[in-house]
Amino acid sequence: MRQISLRLNGVARTVEIEDQVLLVELVRSLGLTGTKVSCDTEVCGACTVLLDGRPVSACTTLALEADGRSVLTIEGLAKANQLHPLQQAFIDNFAFQCGFCTPGMILAAKALLDERPSPTAEEVRRWMEGNICRCTGYQSIVDAVLDAAGRRP
Amino acid sequence: MLRRFEVHRATSVEEAVDLRVRYGDDAAVYAGGTELLLAMKLGIARWAHLIDVKPIRELSRVAVARDTVRIGATVTHWDLERHPDVTRVLPALARLEASVANVRVRAAGTLAGNIAFAEPHADPPALLVALGARVVARGRRGERTLPLEEFVTGMYQTALGGDEILTAVEVPVPAPDARAAYVKFQVLERPSVGVAIVAKVNGASFAGPPAVVVGAVDELPRRVDTAALAGASLADARVADALAASARAAVSPVADLAGSEEYKRHLVGVFARRALTALAAG
Repeated sequence: MRQISLRLNGVARTVEIEDQVLLVELVRSLGLTGTKVSCDTEVCGACTVLLDGRPVSACTTLALEADGRSVLTIEGLAKANQLHPLQQAFIDNFAFQCGFCTPGMILAAKALLDERPSPTAEEVRRWMEGNICRCTGYQSIVDAVLDAAGRRP
Repeated sequence: MLRRFEVHRATSVEEAVDLRVRYGDDAAVYAGGTELLLAMKLGIARWAHLIDVKPIRELSRVAVARDTVRIGATVTHWDLERHPDVTRVLPALARLEASVANVRVRAAGTLAGNIAFAEPHADPPALLVALGARVVARGRRGERTLPLEEFVTGMYQTALGGDEILTAVEVPVPAPDARAAYVKFQVLERPSVGVAIVAKVNGASFAGPPAVVVGAVDELPRRVDTAALAGASLADARVADALAASARAAVSPVADLAGSEEYKRHLVGVFARRALTALAAG
């Protein structure tokens, strides 16, 4: 067993893991089941979390990589009862139906807006091309990200 | 879910070399893990020991000298697409890096790992071969530098010794009058075909033969015979025809999910023309 310390959604945590444990297995075992496993091969983006602000596939990232770093999952985005602007924009733009891809979509979009606060629609599409949605046809997702960009404080 | 293994965090190249010697075929070098962990999850490969080279400080640097850009082995695609020196000195490489797989793979995966894994369906090798890139490896008997073309020996196979660590990728700084372009066709995460062109351009003509390399369709990146194009005009339609024919003749496409041999050979001709168009556009 290996002991790692991380900031998980802003809270310092120390956990014991075996080396082969994946980051998605760790966060889900801690009750954070918003992070989904779908393709399990880095293709679909449903497992996207932010590791020190960068989007990674939690399904193919070792949990030990989080040692000494910060991990943001979808559960860490809202402040108390206040949804994050991206979450509110996804609701307002009907940017999900089944919702399975949504946590990954929102975290990928957060990484984009953190780096580039006012992206073009084309930049949103290029950035999000690794996040797959099988319900919406993507237009409403792109609209939501652009809408959120306009709302950010 | 992964089978049990142990991760060894090396803090120096010497320590990583020692670990490779100690564990031999039971160990793999681990950096971004975007290819390695995937292969392990799919059950294609299994190692009891992973040697993590990310803690090795010297491997995380990009150093630009007068004539060479030295990219440390743990530098990610994400880092390269944003690096101010890389975007300035090797803009075609920075653009290529921004198009590798998806944003999550780019955030974790390393350029050196991409090369060392030697997956044929990859973007960087074609352009790097065209740019004359070299690979630096260090083992028990010291350091050696070899051309990327000699480093990659087959599908998933390289010349890396059992005691060696790939420490850096060196890319010559292109001459001031040189241009480079990389174009590709891609449906999913990996390219079906990629064509790189690097050439010195004098006015609207090639000064000497351009370096043209086809990637992703064959077992290895393939150089295209361009001797007849020295001095030719970039705008001459016959030049595009000749380049397309030469590119198609240079490859032995491997049929797979990305297409049949015939289809891929056709794509190679199409994308050789597009590479020329991209180069002409600047």
